Amino acid sequence: MNFLSIIPFLLAITLAPLLPGIINRTKALFAGRRGQPFLQTYFDLWKLLHKGAVYSHTTTWLFRAGPMLGLAAVLVAVALVPLGNFPALIAFPADFFLFACLLGLMRFFTVLAALDTGSSFEGMGASREVFFSALTEPALLVALATLARQAGNLSLSAIFSQVSGGHWLQAGPVMALVLIALMIVLLAENSRIPVDDPNTHLELTMIHEVMVLDHGGLDFAFILYGAALKLWALSALVVGMIVPDTGAVWLNLVLPVGGMFLVAVIVGVVESTMARLRLLIVPQLLVGAGALAAMAFLLGLNK
Amino acid sequence: MILTNLILVLVVLTNLKLLGSSRIGSSIRVVAAQGVVLGLLPILAHVHDLSLRFTLLAIGTVAIKGVVFPWFLFRAVREADVAREIEPYVGYVTSLLSGVVILAVSFWMCQRLPVPETLASSWLAPVALFSIFAGLFLIISRKRALSQVLGFLVLENGVYTFGVGLAPQSSLLVEAGVLLDVFVAVFVMGITIFHINREFDHINTEKLNTLKD
Repeated sequence: MNFLSIIPFLLAITLAPLLPGIINRTKALFAGRRGQPFLQTYFDLWKLLHKGAVYSHTTTWLFRAGPMLGLAAVLVAVALVPLGNFPALIAFPADFFLFACLLGLMRFFTVLAALDTGSSFEGMGASREVFFSALTEPALLVALATLARQAGNLSLSAIFSQVSGGHWLQAGPVMALVLIALMIVLLAENSRIPVDDPNTHLELTMIHEVMVLDHGGLDFAFILYGAALKLWALSALVVGMIVPDTGAVWLNLVLPVGGMFLVAVIVGVVESTMARLRLLIVPQLLVGAGALAAMAFLLGLNK
Repeated sequence: MILTNLILVLVVLTNLKLLGSSRIGSSIRVVAAQGVVLGLLPILAHVHDLSLRFTLLAIGTVAIKGVVFPWFLFRAVREADVAREIEPYVGYVTSLLSGVVILAVSFWMCQRLPVPETLASSWLAPVALFSIFAGLFLIISRKRALSQVLGFLVLENGVYTFGVGLAPQSSLLVEAGVLLDVFVAVFVMGITIFHINREFDHINTEKLNTLKD
């Protein structure tokens, strides 16, 4: 580990709130609107940080601890993710299990805080979130295992620095399947459109948004920031698969960051051109992503 | 080599799509697409020693599987008023997961089978085996007769995939014969579906169990 590995982490915690801004601007462009400023999430976070929170009498300490622990979990998860060919802040063999685990932990605390309010809507949202994540987690783990097998290494940083154009040439179908599976996981985990609509305000159809309805002020700022960081972490996985090693330090830094913004634009395009799937169909999509990942794993095993 | 692998991946993807699909119309289209993709396989698998028989085989396959079968099956859907929804015994998500398990079993079996060295790709035998098993699974897990015809076609596509991989050894006559068999089979099944439908008001095969003398 060298001092350069701090750069991906610093970039993540400073630039992550930009991604939702880019997604929203892309959607605005498709809808013919001017859209909110790119920095809107920063403004929102600044505003929320200066507000106090109101707590219901029925909630306990769990409700207050939820956003804090969730943010802590996702911060550690971000520290595990490399950016392109830059190694992550923390790297050790099989760290992708810890990565998946931390995302699960973040969700667990959000769900606990949601259940703690005693609101029936939040319970419904929590139930759906847990159900869907139970289907995305195998897809994520199998996809990462396939990459680990292709790269011949078990640490996220090593995997993404070794996966290169050669792998795409030799095992193109395998890499493409993993990429598609990771993209579906990204959309589902960040409650984006084919799975969940971040703009909906009907409690019956909301999944993630409904769980954080009762949070306000500082707590909600933590949740917003945590969501942006999670989006950054999963986009970094997708970007790491595509971005080649150019050899030059500056190019190795600029290309992945540009790739992150491109992923945000793609998410915006998907959101603008697709409708949200019916809740009954969503498990099929997620199991499909898992099937693609498993197929890639099997094909990769038998080169 | 890369193109062959791409086609094999497409075959696996179409099979998985069939296992998870709920509409008869889209299933017919997927089977047709699979037939067209497989039609290109003999040309791509033997690019360096391309001969007239592979070209003829490819043209015949694309014509029959990509044009004649879909037209015939869509006609059966229209004439027999088949409901557009497939009624499965096994749910779509379970079918999809079973598909993944079947794929794993196929790969495992092909590591133990003495597969000939001359195959165009190391994925060819497992994918062929997967198509055969997936077709069998579709036949036993769907209620409607038409979905079972589709399962039969997928099964035949598996046999065909394996045959193409071995084409230098096997004769064109066998391939053509299989194609003709399948054509006649689908023809007969289509007519049967139509006639069953005219006699009875549904083509659910589960009701056949209650037929007793």
